[in-house]
Amino acid sequence: MSSRSWSAVQHSATVLLVSFLVLPVAALALTLSWSDLLAGARHPLLLPALRLSLTTSTTSLTLVVVLGSLVAWWVARRRGRLSRFVESVTQLPAVIPPAVAGVGLLLAFGRRGLLGSFLAREGLSLAFSTPAVVLAETFVSAPFFIQAAIAAFRRVDENLLTVARTLGASPFRSFLRVALPLSAPALVGGAAMSWARSLGEFGATLLFAGNLTGRTQTLPLAVYTAMESDLRAAQALALIMVAVAFAMLLVLRRVTREADDA
Amino acid sequence: MSLLCALLAATQLTVFAASSLREAFLELARRFEAEHAGVAVSFNFAGSQELRTQIEHGARADLLASADERHLRALAEAGLAEAPRSFARNEPVIVVPSGNPAVIHTLRELSRAQRIVVGAPEVPIGAYTLRIFEAAAARYGHGFRSAVEARIASRELNVRQVLAKVRLGEADAAIVYRTDALAAQEAVETISIPADLNVVADYPIAALRGAPQPALARAFIELVLSPAGRALLARYGFQ
Repeated sequence: MSSRSWSAVQHSATVLLVSFLVLPVAALALTLSWSDLLAGARHPLLLPALRLSLTTSTTSLTLVVVLGSLVAWWVARRRGRLSRFVESVTQLPAVIPPAVAGVGLLLAFGRRGLLGSFLAREGLSLAFSTPAVVLAETFVSAPFFIQAAIAAFRRVDENLLTVARTLGASPFRSFLRVALPLSAPALVGGAAMSWARSLGEFGATLLFAGNLTGRTQTLPLAVYTAMESDLRAAQALALIMVAVAFAMLLVLRRVTREADDA
Repeated sequence: MSLLCALLAATQLTVFAASSLREAFLELARRFEAEHAGVAVSFNFAGSQELRTQIEHGARADLLASADERHLRALAEAGLAEAPRSFARNEPVIVVPSGNPAVIHTLRELSRAQRIVVGAPEVPIGAYTLRIFEAAAARYGHGFRSAVEARIASRELNVRQVLAKVRLGEADAAIVYRTDALAAQEAVETISIPADLNVVADYPIAALRGAPQPALARAFIELVLSPAGRALLARYGFQ
């Protein structure tokens, strides 16, 4: 292929795929009038859902980042069958359909579930509560961060860690002061992917946490619920959700770039 | 492979039907297919509102059987469906997991449940449930309403999801149609709601304008409305 036709192929592929990816989002915005959008902004389902989505997705993100970093570090520094096995297991939720994850969570943590039946005896009931939303989001979003963190930690030069150790730093301190800063841009990128996945979580939440305004009805569930009565309202809610997600993405991009430049 | 060929060769009748009609309509379809050689009935079971939205947005279907008059009337007024005909009535009931852990025997005792699951007000069963609660509050006092509302753990978007929560033992009580309670067999116990507080759902059916198979759609509707069809529906708990 000549270099000219090679670049023509690239250009057409870009135009084709990018317009396909943009069109549905653009359609959400372009087919909605301002008055519809304003009505959506005043929709009774919006504020409770927005608040719930933001609190649950940041809580699950915190869990994923703190625990996931430790798991990823453990996996990345070892070369054995066990660590490879753990790595595969952490990727499992990414390939399970969310609705299946929801059924699994219910059968594990529900009242009659494997673990849930013990918890129920202690008077602790997780399903159909806000913590259930956090669990569902953590389950589906963890793989994205862990994958990025493992890859980043594997790139950390062993020699730097050795130097840190010979200078007297403890393993914990060398993780904190050497590995984490070196991997920061990749970790932020992984966290952004995880967070976006949490925010968009639908299937597992609907099945495991149910659909109750203010308690378990996150933005995607509010969109789906609104759609049962009024497609325009659902569209307005969806558009607001896209705007929130996009704003967060921009913020994270900027953070990543600054971390990259530093 | 031969099955695939048969499927491809067969004339498809596409039926959109409310979730609560699943078992009865699957059996009706088997009968219909036996009577009409070379015809395969394919179904889309979902909440009535969801089906209406799909049709409004161009889903190709031959007929719609809805759990709510409102949706089919709206489609008919928009010129998307022919005149709806009522074919069945279905009555909301309370279901509890077998063994009745919360010891509920009447509507009035509903708030004994730790966790109640109902339909979202946007879907027919949820709208009926609201009306039942309003009627019950008028009789039992507002304490009944607030006690029940406080126990509601989820408002599901179709009646089969409501039922599933009771089957799994996740909810101590729920309000579904009598037909759903029957479909769940031994997994649930059924408690009737006093007739003067209850709201009975009327199920309409209509062929859709622009149906790919209008003659077959009418034949299917005739089967549903026939004495045999009504007897079959009655066996699944419809009135």
